[in-house]
Amino acid sequence: MKRFILIIPIIVFIIIIAVLSVMTLQTKEGRNPSIVPSALLGKEAPNIELPMLARNIPGGFKGSDLVGRVNIVNVFSSWCVPCLAEHPQISWLATNGFPIYAINHRDNVSDASNWLKKHGNPYFAVGFDPEGRASLEWGVGGVPETFIINASGIITYKHIGPITKEILKEKILPKLHEAKR
Amino acid sequence: MIPEIGLFVLFLALIIAAIQAVVPMVGAVRQDVYLMALGNRLAVIQFFLVTISFTSLIYAFVISDFSLLIVYNNSHSLKPLLYKISGVWGNHEGSMLLWVLILSMFGAALAIWGKNISPTLKARVLSVQSMIGVAFLAFILFTSNPFLRLNPVPSDGRGLNPVLQDPGLAFHPPLLYLGYVGYSMAFSFAVAALIEGKIDDKWGRWVRPWALAAWVFLTAGIALGSWWAYYELGWGGWWFWDPVENASFIPWLLGTALLHSSVVVEKREGFKNWTVLLAILTFSMSLLGTFLVRSGILTSVHTFATDPERGLFILLILFVTIGGALGLFAIRAPIIKNNFKFAPVSRESALLYNNLFLTIGCAIVLLGTLYPLFLEFASNGESKVSIGPPYFNITFLPIMIPLVAAIAVGPMLSWKRGVIGALYVKLLFAAGSCLITIFIVLILVPEGPTLAACSMGLAAWIAAGCLIEWASRIRLFNSKSITNTGRLIKSSKSANGMTLAHLGIAILIVGITGASAWQKEITTSMAIGETIKVNDYSLTLKKVQIGKGPNYNLERGTFSLIKSNNSAIIMHPERRYFPVARQATTEAAIKTTLLADFYLVIGESRDTIDNKNEWTVRFYINPMMFWLWLGVATMVLGGLLSLSDRRRGISIPVRKKA
Amino acid sequence: MKIIFAALIMIFLSPSFFLYGDKLVLASTSNKTSISEEIENKERQISKLLRCVVCQNQSIYESNADIAYDMRLLVRERLLAGDNKDQVINYIVARYGDYILLKPPFQANTVLLWMAPPLMVLIALMIVILLIKNYQHKNIYQKTDKLLNPEDK
Repeated sequence: MKRFILIIPIIVFIIIIAVLSVMTLQTKEGRNPSIVPSALLGKEAPNIELPMLARNIPGGFKGSDLVGRVNIVNVFSSWCVPCLAEHPQISWLATNGFPIYAINHRDNVSDASNWLKKHGNPYFAVGFDPEGRASLEWGVGGVPETFIINASGIITYKHIGPITKEILKEKILPKLHEAKR
Repeated sequence: MIPEIGLFVLFLALIIAAIQAVVPMVGAVRQDVYLMALGNRLAVIQFFLVTISFTSLIYAFVISDFSLLIVYNNSHSLKPLLYKISGVWGNHEGSMLLWVLILSMFGAALAIWGKNISPTLKARVLSVQSMIGVAFLAFILFTSNPFLRLNPVPSDGRGLNPVLQDPGLAFHPPLLYLGYVGYSMAFSFAVAALIEGKIDDKWGRWVRPWALAAWVFLTAGIALGSWWAYYELGWGGWWFWDPVENASFIPWLLGTALLHSSVVVEKREGFKNWTVLLAILTFSMSLLGTFLVRSGILTSVHTFATDPERGLFILLILFVTIGGALGLFAIRAPIIKNNFKFAPVSRESALLYNNLFLTIGCAIVLLGTLYPLFLEFASNGESKVSIGPPYFNITFLPIMIPLVAAIAVGPMLSWKRGVIGALYVKLLFAAGSCLITIFIVLILVPEGPTLAACSMGLAAWIAAGCLIEWASRIRLFNSKSITNTGRLIKSSKSANGMTLAHLGIAILIVGITGASAWQKEITTSMAIGETIKVNDYSLTLKKVQIGKGPNYNLERGTFSLIKSNNSAIIMHPERRYFPVARQATTEAAIKTTLLADFYLVIGESRDTIDNKNEWTVRFYINPMMFWLWLGVATMVLGGLLSLSDRRRGISIPVRKKA
Repeated sequence: MKIIFAALIMIFLSPSFFLYGDKLVLASTSNKTSISEEIENKERQISKLLRCVVCQNQSIYESNADIAYDMRLLVRERLLAGDNKDQVINYIVARYGDYILLKPPFQANTVLLWMAPPLMVLIALMIVILLIKNYQHKNIYQKTDKLLNPEDK
C-alpha cells in the first residue's frame, strides 16, 4: 500500500510531462495558444443589419443575404496594418470567383472610402460598423478576421489574423471547396 | 572581445560542472576525503566562472554594444543606466544566465559556509547541484547563447519597452530567481539524502536554512512583482491568477509546507518521506514555471519571446531531473524509516494539518493553471475554456481559511501530545479578540459584506494567538525580572522569527480583506474644474499639462483630493507616450495612508459635444492596502530573523554525543 | 475523541460555506451615470466575469481595449433590454464561446475541474480520520521518550 502511494508522484509527473510535450510539439507546428475556436461555427450567419459605408460604395448586408451561394465575410479597418498585408490575397479571392463581403470595423467613412479607393475595392458589398456593435454579433475579437459561409448561410470556418499566401493555399481554399459541397 | 571571454568561461563552467557532478559523488561512495573536498573547490570555481560570464554580459549592455544580438534586441542608447543593466535579465537568454549564476552561487555558498555538514552528504549535495548546473549550462550554450554577434552592427537597439523601465520590475526577476533557484539546494539535499539512504534530524537541521533562505527570497520576489503590477498597470490590481504568477505561487506554497515539515524531521525525525518529497516537488514546480514562461504553450503577460523548440529542451531537462528524483524517491523511500508516534492533538498533527492544506491549495492552483491545456489536449483543440480569478476565489480562498486559523493554535501545542486543558484559556482570549474585532468592524463599516468582518476577525484570532503564545514563551507575565524576560526574548531568534512571520500573515489578511471587500471604484470622464464626490471625499481636476520626459511625451493631470474640511492632497497621474516604442503607459498617482490608498489614473481625452476636453478618469479607494505590503514585509522580516539564529544557521556546531 | 472527529469534519467542510465567494464584490458609487445604480452594479459584476479577448488575462471591466469597451456597452444594452445576469452571459457566450468566461461553466468537460477541490478536501479528511483511528488502535505512548532537542520548543 505504501509502495503504491510512493509511485503516485512520478506517475502524475509523467502524465503531465507527456501532455505538455504534445502541446509543445503542436505549438512548434503552428498552434497559436491565444487563438480560440469560434463559437459560431455551424451556426447561421448573424442577421444583424449592416448599413452601407457610402453611397458610391456598394454595401449594406445582413446574414440572410448570404444564403444561396458560398460567400466570404472579411472584417477589416483602414487603420489595421495586417489588413493591408492580406489585401492582395483578398483581392485574388474576389477576382477568382469567390464573392467577398466586408465588415468595416470601427472606422470612419472618409478613411475607409479612401483606403478602398487607394488599394482597390474587392468587396461585393461593404457593411459599415463604426461602433463595433455588429462585430460583436459576429464574435469578432479584432481585425482582420475572415469567415466562410456556405450556401445555406451557415458559418463553416473562421480565420483569425491576416491571410498570407500560404494560409490561402493551405487553409482557405480547401475550406472553400469543402463549403461548396 | 569581452563577450567572447564571456562565452568561453561559460564553456569552462560547463566542464567544471560536469566534473563536479561526478567526482564528489564518487568520493562519497569511496569515502575518499580528498575527492569529496574537491567538490567544494569546484563549486567555488564554477561560481567564479559564471560570474565572469555574467559580468561580461552586463558590460556589453552598459556600453551599449549593439554588435551583440541580445543587446540590440533588448536595449537602446537612450535607456537610463539602471535599465540598461536590468535589460540584461529582461529577456530569455540573459535571464537564463542569471538563473545559472544563482544556481552556482548557492552551490558555492554551501561549499564555503556549510562547514559542519557531514562530508559525504555535502559532497553528494554539491554533485546533484552540479548536475542541474550541467543541464542548464548546456541549455544555454546550445540553444540560448547570449553572446551571439550581429553583423553588420546596427546603430541603435530595439529594446525600449517602456513598461519594463521601472525600478520595481528591474529587481523583481533577481529576487524571484533567488527564491526559485534557491530551492535547488533543498532539492539537492533531498536527492543526496535519498542516494545516501539516510535521513535524520541532522539532515532536517542542515536543509532548513536553505529552504528558509529560498522562501524569504521567493516571498519578497512575488511581493515585489505584485507591488509593481499594482502601481504600474493602472487598475489597482495586484494579483491576477495569471498562469505564470501561479507558477511562482505553487513553489511558494510547497516551500512553505517544506519549511514546516522539515521542522518535524529536525525535532522528531518524523515526516521524513513527506519532507523529502516536498523538497523535490518545490524545485520541480520552479522548473515547471521556468518551462511555462519560455515554451510558448500558453499566453501570459510574463512570457518571453516564445520558442517551442527551447521548450522541448527544457521539458527534457525536467523529465530527467524531476523524473529521476521522483523515481529515486519511489525506490528509496521505503528504506527511510519513520519511527515516531504522535497524538491526534499535538504539534506534529498541527503540522500535518498544515501540510495537508498547503498541498491541497497547491494542487488546486496547479489544476486551475494546467487544466485548459489538458482540456485542449483531450479534445484535440476543440474545447477551450479559460480559468480566471473567479475560479480561484471560489476554490482556493476557502481552503486557506482553515489553514491560517490553525496558526493561532499550532505553536501553542507541545510535541508528541498536546495538553488541551492548558490551551483553553489562551484560545479563549484569542477567540475573544476575534469576536470583539468582528463586532467593531460591523459597527465601523456597516455597509461592507459580513464576510469582511469575519475575515478581520480571523486576522485578530491569528494575531492574538501569536502574541499570546509569544508572551507565554518568554514568560512575560510570570518572569522574575526584566532581564530574565530580555534573555528569554533573545534566546530564540528562530521562534521569534516564526511569531513575526505568522503575525505578518494576520496583517496580510487585513490588507487583502480591506482592499478587496471595501474597495470603491469610479470610472468617469472629467473636464477641467469638475469635481466628483466619493464617500466623503471630493476630487477636483485642476489642470492638465503637456510635457516631456527622458524618452517619452507626457500628459500630466493635477487633481486635488479633499476630505470634509481637511487640507487638500494633490495628485499627479500621468499618461506617457514613448515615441520609439510607439506605446503608451499610465503612471497612476497613489496616495498611501495607513487606512487606505487613493489611486488615480488619467486616460485619454475626448472632445465632447460642446467642444470641451474631457479626460477619462479612474479613481479607486483601496482601504487597508498598505497593510497588505506591510504584512508581506513582516513575513520576510520574520524569515530573516529566523535565519539569523546561529543555532539554526548554516554553520551549526556539531552536537556533542551525550 | 468524538469531539475531535466532529471538529475535524466541521473544519474540513467549512470551505464550502464560501462557495458564494464571487458575490463578495461590493457595489461602488458613481455620480455621473444616467442609468440606475442597480443596472450599473450588475454591469460591473458581469463585466468582471468576462475575459477581454485581445488582452492577456484581463476582464473587460479592467481592460482599456476597444473591444472591452464595446462589450461593456453590449452588457449594458442587454441589461437595459431586461435580460437578467444569466441571460446576458449566455448571449455573449453564444457569440464568443466558453473561453470568454473567466469562471469556467460547470458542464461535462469541466466536471473534474470543479469537483476535484472538494474531493481533495474529503480525501484529506479521510486520511486524518484514518490516522487517528490508527493511533487509537496502537495507543503507544512511551513515557521515557525524550524530545531530541529538549531545550527548544
